[in-house]
Amino acid sequence: MQSEIIKRTVELFNSEEIVRAIGWRKGDFDYDLNPSIFKSSEDLEKNFVYNDFSSANLSKFLIKISQKEDGKTLVFLKSCDTYSFNSLLQEHRISRDKIYIIGVPCEENLDPSKIKAALGEDVLSMSCDGETVTVETLDGTKTISKSEVILDRCLACKSRKHVVYDELFGEEGEVLDSKRFDQVEILENMKPEERYSFWRTELSRCIGCNACRDICPACTCEKCVFDNRDSGVENKVATNDFEENMFHIIRAFHVAGRCTDCGECSRVCPEDIPLHLLNRKFIKDINEFYGNYQAGDDIETLAPLTRFDAVDVEPSIVKTRENVK
Amino acid sequence: MLTLNASQLDEFFALIEKKRELYLPVENKTGKSEYKRWVEGDKYSTALRTVKSAKNFFFAKSENLYDLKMDHKNVEVIDTREDIKEFVIFGVRGCDVKSFDILDNVYLQDPVDTYYKNRRDHGLVISMACSKPATTCFCALFDIDATSPNGDIQAWNVEDKFYFNPLTEKGDAFVEEFKECFTDEDSKPVEKQKEETLNIIERLPFVNLNMEGFGVEDKLKAIFDRPEWEDLSSTCIGCGTCTYVCPTCQCFDIKDFNVGDGSIKRFRCWDSCMYSDFTQMAAANPRLTQTARFRQRFMHKLVYYPIKNEGIYGCVGCGRCLVSCPVQMNIVKVIKAMGDN
Amino acid sequence: MDKDALMPYVGVITEITRETPDVKTFRVLGKDGKKLFIHEPGQCAMLSAPGYGEAMISITSSPTEDYMEFSIKNAGKLTGWLHSVEVGQQVAVRGPYGKSFPVDTDLKGKDLLFIAGGIGLAPLHSVINYCRAKRSDYGKIKIVYGSRSANDLVDYKELQEWANEPSMDVNLTIDRPQEGWDGNVGFVPTYVKELNPELSYTVIICGPPIMIKFTLQGLKELGFKDTQVYTTMEMRMKCGVGKCGRCNIGDKYVCKDGPVFRFDELGELPNEY
Ligand SMILES: Cc1cc2nc3c(=O)[nH]c(=O)nc-3n(C[C@H](O)[C@H](O)[C@H](O)COP(=O)(O)OP(=O)(O)OC[C@H]3O[C@@H](n4cnc5c(N)ncnc54)[C@H](O)[C@@H]3O)c2cc1C
Ligand code: SF4
Ligand code: SF4
Ligand code: SF4
Ligand code: SF4
Ligand code: SF4
Ligand code: FES
Repeated sequence: MQSEIIKRTVELFNSEEIVRAIGWRKGDFDYDLNPSIFKSSEDLEKNFVYNDFSSANLSKFLIKISQKEDGKTLVFLKSCDTYSFNSLLQEHRISRDKIYIIGVPCEENLDPSKIKAALGEDVLSMSCDGETVTVETLDGTKTISKSEVILDRCLACKSRKHVVYDELFGEEGEVLDSKRFDQVEILENMKPEERYSFWRTELSRCIGCNACRDICPACTCEKCVFDNRDSGVENKVATNDFEENMFHIIRAFHVAGRCTDCGECSRVCPEDIPLHLLNRKFIKDINEFYGNYQAGDDIETLAPLTRFDAVDVEPSIVKTRENVK
Repeated sequence: MLTLNASQLDEFFALIEKKRELYLPVENKTGKSEYKRWVEGDKYSTALRTVKSAKNFFFAKSENLYDLKMDHKNVEVIDTREDIKEFVIFGVRGCDVKSFDILDNVYLQDPVDTYYKNRRDHGLVISMACSKPATTCFCALFDIDATSPNGDIQAWNVEDKFYFNPLTEKGDAFVEEFKECFTDEDSKPVEKQKEETLNIIERLPFVNLNMEGFGVEDKLKAIFDRPEWEDLSSTCIGCGTCTYVCPTCQCFDIKDFNVGDGSIKRFRCWDSCMYSDFTQMAAANPRLTQTARFRQRFMHKLVYYPIKNEGIYGCVGCGRCLVSCPVQMNIVKVIKAMGDN
Repeated sequence: MDKDALMPYVGVITEITRETPDVKTFRVLGKDGKKLFIHEPGQCAMLSAPGYGEAMISITSSPTEDYMEFSIKNAGKLTGWLHSVEVGQQVAVRGPYGKSFPVDTDLKGKDLLFIAGGIGLAPLHSVINYCRAKRSDYGKIKIVYGSRSANDLVDYKELQEWANEPSMDVNLTIDRPQEGWDGNVGFVPTYVKELNPELSYTVIICGPPIMIKFTLQGLKELGFKDTQVYTTMEMRMKCGVGKCGRCNIGDKYVCKDGPVFRFDELGELPNEY
């Protein structure tokens, strides 16, 4: 697949259809691919990688590029990434006519930290062939079954369908029945104290870096409220850990109805905090209160929280909540 | 050498905890390890690295400097520093131990930072030799011997035995105090483990990177002006994760927090040169682009810090930024691109 | 435990003078009426108030005075608050920070040319008055000071005093012509070139970066060397004691290794200020 993608992209470079491509750049290991800009076909041929670790969602990087740079940029998008792309388009953050999308097929990404946890940290290379992941370590070759080391977000993949592209590699995919709200239900069924303590424990590990926000394709404000010094937050560690925890709750509100559930926040969190569960709770609530809605599905449907309907459930939300266990 | 059976470890911990506070790496619910105050039932985690470094013990993520009160025209400054209890950090890896030296060069230089020194004076470091380094480890590049880490007491874990060797006066006093816990045994197994580990370290991918040209004054501007900074930083999202997980990053902010009862806490917290407001002034900001900020981080570690500190680099090769950066950009990639590797 | 360098003293504002529409000078003394600490010309102090944060401010008064003064421009949270308070208000002050001008070494016995723009006179004020107090230690003293308009010239009263001293040569300029102004009109860099100072002067310059840049260019054209020119720099600061990393440029911490630099030292730093 990688060589086919490269071949086609080189053609696009040569025909001057595109002037740059944003893709995944080879690292020191198979798994440490750096989202990066390729400015020539030579660079791309030498350093572009598409493999089981091409997890980074490249759509957000297009904001800066399409605002600042001239000429067409090619972007590689996995199915889940295309939803983020649509959202950015809908919010006028990127210019569609300056972007050429190659949809790339996805067979679930692997999680390097799961592989390391299972096989040791002395990993030199990792590759996947069908159902088996083969890992070269300083200690010799080891194998593990793929199902054990799939990235968490891919375990609940919502869709293999590319909702936007100029060109697609592989077959047209389908929306999946992901069961992704099961975990939310578990949380909903907890007693409030249990739930409170669940989140306090999870968030207690937060180091206050901003990786989750800064990687998020829905967090694209020119100036984030949390960077607003007049609010007294300035997005740094606070004296009080409850203040810090609030950041996550408020952020979840800010992306409610806009979060496509791309899973980047949880993927990049150095402390493995399951932030996606907060966002999914909002998605689930929105689905229940306003009817099913998938952000990024298309660019026409207005997000439930940005339109008003006479049948909207405002008052009954309160009632429903009162009945919650 | 002084030894202790693994089966007696918890007893040993309980004894320490009777007289001091004991912190050690424990597996958390994600399966990774983190430093934690020991309580009965906690198992020491032999994982190679904690996600957060050990710097938090001395250079706290957030700490109150003092309280302030304003009553009409009167201002009061209230010293809230307390005499802290003696504490022990057990199981610190060689890279993290070395990071304390790097922080010392900043915090213990004149004027001494009393908050830092207070904790430094009250803390005792029991290090732990590595026997299974990760391929992301490159401490050897910075002359750190992972098989013989520094600290007040160095320790090894060979099979079901722990070996201890005090290195400082504080360490001597500690083993004397707890002498009934230890037996004296031959240190051959330690020597054997060291040899095996050094063998692995030699085969790690990054330990022989070329550091030529870094950390010297006459190359400062040449490296600063290198065109590669632009590409290396092109997708850096400025999140600061690398600086927060880094054991040697030392920058902080000072801010006021209004508690709401008329008293103000003036506290300091970790800050990052990766943030856009780091150098923001009323009329200007000398680092306007993420490229400039990205460059500052690596220039500081690889060039500025060593120039100021007798050639010691501001990186200990722990590999945390290799593991945690959301876009997989890190100091090794920078060294490779900038140095002649 | 010893007092920490980050922990402030409490001072009282005993006098407030309005200098320009957005600059006021504050006299601060300890609660006992004495100075809070001893400083050298060019050093700074961190001023603060509960809930308003801290700000680094140059000490404008000469060490030879028995009070301490700060000329402060209303630029934000703390400085805005300071502009709203009255005499008797207490403030928190810590310092002194930074390297001073080498008044007792390299500058001693020299002819001195002070060039300032806007609020940049504040740090130089301290040196000028120090030199006045020890007049016989120095050669000729020439001052070139400019601002946007006559109203923006800080310390106008004292400037008159300086101008009236026969041993000092004071030259004022404003950017644009203005009614009632019979002095020079034009930007500082141009004015300095017009005045064509002799090469015997050691130059001390402070003001907006752009003014410093062009003035320095002019001085070089006149034959001045980098080693003959001193300036004081501004970077964002938090700790003031070389730890928080905020003011780091190259291998220097402006708060500790500066803010006073000789230009040849600056030349060795990356261009990030
Ligand atoms: C060595 C030195 C000497 C100085 N001497 C003097 C002097 O003699 N007189 C004098 O008047 N000033 C002096 N200054 C400047 C003075 O320190 C600043 O004007 C002061 O810190 C402003 O503080 P503040 O709390 O009033 O403003 P702040 O509220 O802190 O902000 C000032 C301005 O900076 C910007 N800003 C600050 N932080 C941020 C951020 N995080 N994000 C975005 N924007 C931000 C804002 O635009 C704001 O308007 C000196 C500075 C230094 C470093
Ligand atoms: S990425 Fe993780 S550690 Fe960083 S701020 Fe977000 S939740 Fe906290
Ligand atoms: S280098 Fe990586 S971890 Fe550091 S700020 Fe940039 S994106 Fe974040
Ligand atoms: S720069 Fe990276 S490898 Fe070096 S000490 Fe910091 S986190 Fe570790
Ligand atoms: S300047 Fe940057 S790299 Fe250096 S210690 Fe501070 S945060 Fe870390
Ligand atoms: S960097 Fe060195 S000391 Fe640190 S964990 Fe790895 S091998 Fe051990
Ligand atoms: S102000 Fe903190 S290092 Fe200079």
